[in-house]
Amino acid sequence: MSRRVTIAYLVGLGLLLLAPAFIYPILVMKVLCFALFACAFNLLLGYTGLLSFGHAVFLGTAAYVTGHALKVWELPTLLGLAAGTLAATGLGWVIGSLAIRRQGIYFAMVTLALAQMVFFLFLQAPFTGGEDGLQGVPRGTLFGFDLADDMNLYYLVVAIFAGSFWLIQRAIHSPFGQILKAIRENEPRAISLGYDVAKYKLLAFVLSAGLAGLAGATKTLVFKFATLTDAHWHTSGEVVLMTLLGGMGTVFGPLVGATVIVTLQNELADKVGSLVTVIMGAIFVICVLAFRRGIVGESLALYKRMIGQKV
Amino acid sequence: MTEIFGVPVQALFGQLMLGLVNGSFYAVLSLGLAVIFGMLNIINFAHGALYMVGAMLTWVGLEYLGIGYWWMLVLAPLCVGLVGIAIERLMLQWLYKLDHLYGLLLTFGLALMIEGLFRDLYGVAGQPYSIPEELSGAFNLGFMFLPKYRAWIIVASLSVCLLTWYMIEKTRLGAYLRAATENPRLTQAFGINVPLMVMLTYGFGVGLAGFAGVLAAPASQISPLMGSNLIIVVFAVVVIGGMGSILGSVLTGLALGIIEGMTKVFWPEASATVVFMIMAVVLMIRPAGLFGREK
Repeated sequence: MSRRVTIAYLVGLGLLLLAPAFIYPILVMKVLCFALFACAFNLLLGYTGLLSFGHAVFLGTAAYVTGHALKVWELPTLLGLAAGTLAATGLGWVIGSLAIRRQGIYFAMVTLALAQMVFFLFLQAPFTGGEDGLQGVPRGTLFGFDLADDMNLYYLVVAIFAGSFWLIQRAIHSPFGQILKAIRENEPRAISLGYDVAKYKLLAFVLSAGLAGLAGATKTLVFKFATLTDAHWHTSGEVVLMTLLGGMGTVFGPLVGATVIVTLQNELADKVGSLVTVIMGAIFVICVLAFRRGIVGESLALYKRMIGQKV
Repeated sequence: MTEIFGVPVQALFGQLMLGLVNGSFYAVLSLGLAVIFGMLNIINFAHGALYMVGAMLTWVGLEYLGIGYWWMLVLAPLCVGLVGIAIERLMLQWLYKLDHLYGLLLTFGLALMIEGLFRDLYGVAGQPYSIPEELSGAFNLGFMFLPKYRAWIIVASLSVCLLTWYMIEKTRLGAYLRAATENPRLTQAFGINVPLMVMLTYGFGVGLAGFAGVLAAPASQISPLMGSNLIIVVFAVVVIGGMGSILGSVLTGLALGIIEGMTKVFWPEASATVVFMIMAVVLMIRPAGLFGREK
């Protein structure tokens, strides 16, 4: 990590630890779950140039598996989280190896279609509870702390987010991340340099799916339920929107995007009803037409112009 | 009653017909997607939403303005086409120089807006629309009853597909269109107004979706959500067929409709997922799609 990013990271972490004094902790935890989801997605879209339109399926799968593991198998909390994350990683490997056979918009359509298939399986499978969802998932305890207490859970969620965020940064700045960027910029050239592009794409996909799964598993723990909404294509669209709005390929963009979208939905849900979808759609259209670098990307560009650097 | 594989003939042919009907919708919608993709290099995510608009307009026309089915069969696709032209002029045309993914994202946003707007206006409950008098009732084929309206859907969609094929492959306008798809710059240099053709192509493509919507109106519940689930299946159809050939996408659409219908008879649990499973298999053996060329 560059020095500036490290400082921002530490300041952000400090703010997160203080946040529950001012903001309802459940809301912050929801933002963090979606922020992790968006960061995982950004690893794929922003740094590898692959647009997956079915990422909600990893969130949903992990949410269900974690819920089932904690409720029915009565596993300890950490094992439950691990089970969900592993399931999403495995599913990511299956869907990823099929999807990377096509490129560009076909890749987007394939991921969307495969995700829809899994969605229908969840709709019919007995363990998901169908339309009702999986409810009453116990949070359990961790190192003797009772996670039923929101504040104890809050620090666990912050730790999960901070750890994953750091992991993603490490991945991006490692040689592995550099190769991903090379693939994004010019795939034929990366191939001609001798890189096994398919292998790197698959690895990025699996990593992204696993982290999206961790976000879903954590989300189950926070809300104590898992529903079909988690795996629905609407959610896949939302994570695209968060990343686009915050700024694809920027470090903090997905975090900013997720914060804005979750807060917005929270504020608007009972005021405008189904018009929320219209507003989300409008933000999409505006971002694509006039605001393609997103909030963080545009701010950085503005800052660079102010200090006289060429953008 | 006679049976085939333990299934009554009546039920088997009934499902076969239903499969053909669904296949006709897949065919018209994937044809529209393919036409748009060929010219604009954009996957039109709003296709499902505009199909829904076609159906809603049909309902609104009768409910509020007293305009019947046959008029709407012409008017609704025209309206949807005009909406498409407005979308192309106001938004899509600014994206052609960018990565094609932006077109997908923009039309996804539009789909959300259109769907949300209609949900706000009319709620999610389905609206019924009665079959026009001329097409109600059924033919007795001896071994089964064939509802006239189902036959009409199949005949009408296939005629439209055939007409589109004829227009693109056999007429002068179609030749310009294919030239512009192949090499827009050179075509423009020959004095053909390519941006105009792009605009009309998008209008025509979504007009097809509107037409499918009108056909669907009496056959299913008209609801703001009817397009979004359908379009994902159509995406899978497009991946299976590849978008290289017009007849290819029509055939793939019909075939998948029939396969889906047959799955409903023999393995009902899998009927919602069978198209996606076929897509996965096709991706493993022939990644470019059955009729596709790898670019």
